[in-house]
Amino acid sequence: MQKSLHIIAEKCTGCLQCEMACSYDNEGVFNPSKSRIKVFNFHEQGRFVPYTCTQCADAWCMKACPVDAIVINQQTGAKEVLEDVCVGCRVCTIACPFGTINFNTDTGKVIKCDLCGGDPECAKACPTQAIVYIDADWTGLDRMKDWAGKTDTQPDAQA
Amino acid sequence: MAWMKKILRVDLTAGTCTSEPLNMEWAGKYLGQRGLATKYLCEEIDPKVDPLSPDNKMIYATGPLTGTCASTGGRHSVITKGALTGAIACSNSGGWFGAELKFAGWDMIIIEGKAPSPVYLMIENEDARLLPADDLWGTTTWHTEETIKARHGDPQIRVSSIGQAGEEGVLFAAIVNDLHRAAGRSGVGAVMGSKNLKAVACRGTRGVAVNDPKAFMAATAAGKKVLVENAVTGQGLPTYGTQILMNVINESGALPTRNHRDAQFEGANNISAEAMAETRKTDGKTNLLTKQACFGCTIACGRISQIDQTHYTVVNKPEYWGASGGLEYEAAWALGAANGVDDLECLTYANFLCNEYGFDPISFGATVGAAMEMFEIGAITTDDTDGLELKFGSAEALSTLAELTGKAEGFGKIIGMGSKRMCEKYGHPELSMSVKGQEFPAYDARGIQGMGLGYATANRGACHLRSYTVASEILGLPEKTDPLVTEGKAALVKAFQDATAVVDSSGLCLFTTFAWSLDDIGPQIDAACEGDWSVDNLMAMGERIWNLERQFNMQAGFTGADDTLPKRLLTEAIKSGPAKGKVAGLAEMLPEYYELRGWTADGVPTDETLARLAL
Repeated sequence: MQKSLHIIAEKCTGCLQCEMACSYDNEGVFNPSKSRIKVFNFHEQGRFVPYTCTQCADAWCMKACPVDAIVINQQTGAKEVLEDVCVGCRVCTIACPFGTINFNTDTGKVIKCDLCGGDPECAKACPTQAIVYIDADWTGLDRMKDWAGKTDTQPDAQA
Repeated sequence: MAWMKKILRVDLTAGTCTSEPLNMEWAGKYLGQRGLATKYLCEEIDPKVDPLSPDNKMIYATGPLTGTCASTGGRHSVITKGALTGAIACSNSGGWFGAELKFAGWDMIIIEGKAPSPVYLMIENEDARLLPADDLWGTTTWHTEETIKARHGDPQIRVSSIGQAGEEGVLFAAIVNDLHRAAGRSGVGAVMGSKNLKAVACRGTRGVAVNDPKAFMAATAAGKKVLVENAVTGQGLPTYGTQILMNVINESGALPTRNHRDAQFEGANNISAEAMAETRKTDGKTNLLTKQACFGCTIACGRISQIDQTHYTVVNKPEYWGASGGLEYEAAWALGAANGVDDLECLTYANFLCNEYGFDPISFGATVGAAMEMFEIGAITTDDTDGLELKFGSAEALSTLAELTGKAEGFGKIIGMGSKRMCEKYGHPELSMSVKGQEFPAYDARGIQGMGLGYATANRGACHLRSYTVASEILGLPEKTDPLVTEGKAALVKAFQDATAVVDSSGLCLFTTFAWSLDDIGPQIDAACEGDWSVDNLMAMGERIWNLERQFNMQAGFTGADDTLPKRLLTEAIKSGPAKGKVAGLAEMLPEYYELRGWTADGVPTDETLARLAL
């Protein structure tokens, strides 16, 4: 069963623990500028929104890559960048409609979320469960349950 | 590790930016941020220097844990000789700026001299430049931040700047970063303005590493667990913010009201956390929109508020209709109870202006309170105030004075002197509720006795963030003590002062200490940094920092006689409530405090004490 990173933006406080966990796992240092997940602050609306790769089934980045450096991890469903194959041409960064694959000037390669091999650090680091790693087929389950709970089809005992 | 081991020295007079290695011997004795920058300041300036002269220096300082995943590890401080106080100043701020400075590769920025014309400092990793700020001068912190980001085409730049208040020498001007986080107290913004420095902008792509990553991840994870399981840091602060205190302190009879004439405010509930969450009748919305965390913070006490668009303060002013930094407890008290004003929307507006124009809501609100009392006793009249009726409870007077003070116009220029100078000017020095020239925060020293001793002895003037004994005396953390007795408070204050100096030197936020002791903090520092950072060593360091600051103040001309409180608190008993009949029992606590500190009866650190602390 595959899982997906699922974001519940209304729970985000903007603390950036996800960015630090991501950069630490990937770079060995705390460095949000190299994080694969970014938190955006829509200040005047009082909203924070974490955003990262959604791992498209039919991935634009993967199709655009001229050297087949982006491959599917069959276990996790993540589209992963093979660093030793990537030539840093950045065509994928143009192809991705969501902007979630980016060039790293320090390495000359592109970076994107790889779901940490199936145990994403950002979800573990989030103190408010704004980022969760859940059943890919049922990312709406909690919301369904919430609405289900509000649905009253029982006969009115007082009637 | 954890330190970047590099200092940026900016000589504004010469227009140069140079890199220096961090003095690691000093880092071993003072850790970072408050402690280490104080050491640098003491070594580099004459404590007698005029705070607003080019000979004063100001230091932006981070701690070793700033920019790491330790919860709340995003703090920075500005250390200088305070414009309001003439004493050592260390104003601590959250937001994201401090972490960005670390990511650019710097532990500290030492700023000296005075630029011939307005400039801002632009830092991009190792590249640091002074750029002209003539077009930014005379504009707000909000405009400055937005303009700098747009000019450099990079929304990820973090900005720390002064508004008109700092430029115009408002003596309690603040330095504001990330729109509504501030190095707020003691007039550090006025020092920055005196140097013709408008802003420091920073963007960094370097990483912060730690000495023992495995131990660090374990220690920080354990720390986060303690925070989430604690009632204050896990529930109270995230849900209500610091404003959870408004009704609590009012009920304990220690909420200074109308310039400390009273100790309970009948309008407290109207300006409380509960009120911020209530649906407004006017527009069906709530004042509180959401909570916000600073960098790395798993508590998230920050408030994001929106003002009622129909409120008189913002009607026809759409620039204030968006969400921005909401009321914290200290601001709500100072703008509200201290003046008898219970209009939540007005307070929120005044708070927005404090951030936008860059001035400290505590000193501002308290100074307005003193002005209102002088107005009520006839010491000043509408002739002095340009026609303003400064009556206690007047929201209009408060919002107008916030507008005037931000720009240092009209009577706002007088308010901008702070309460001590203002009250002296009109012949009523006894009405300034201040110590060493700095106004009290939101706890009455008669109703919470430990706070009285803390205020009297705080090195930066009256301050709740040097020994927050409220935690023990009211909240019962780590254990309950009776707020109305003086016994045992000398030791309590000393312990809080020393531990706080450690936290303020680490890069962490003091609010963690509702849940964390040094037993939680020590392992995080020890794993991040080389050297021995056992709890015993940290406590010794905290005491060393306290005494170093004390020495600075003594050399600046302060004596034990300045460790006192206004006559009102020492002689006028609280009239009603749980603390009825109480005055501040300072005389019962101060000699014992001096003795515990290893100071003479006049409050001077003895040679033995200095030697014991390796000073």
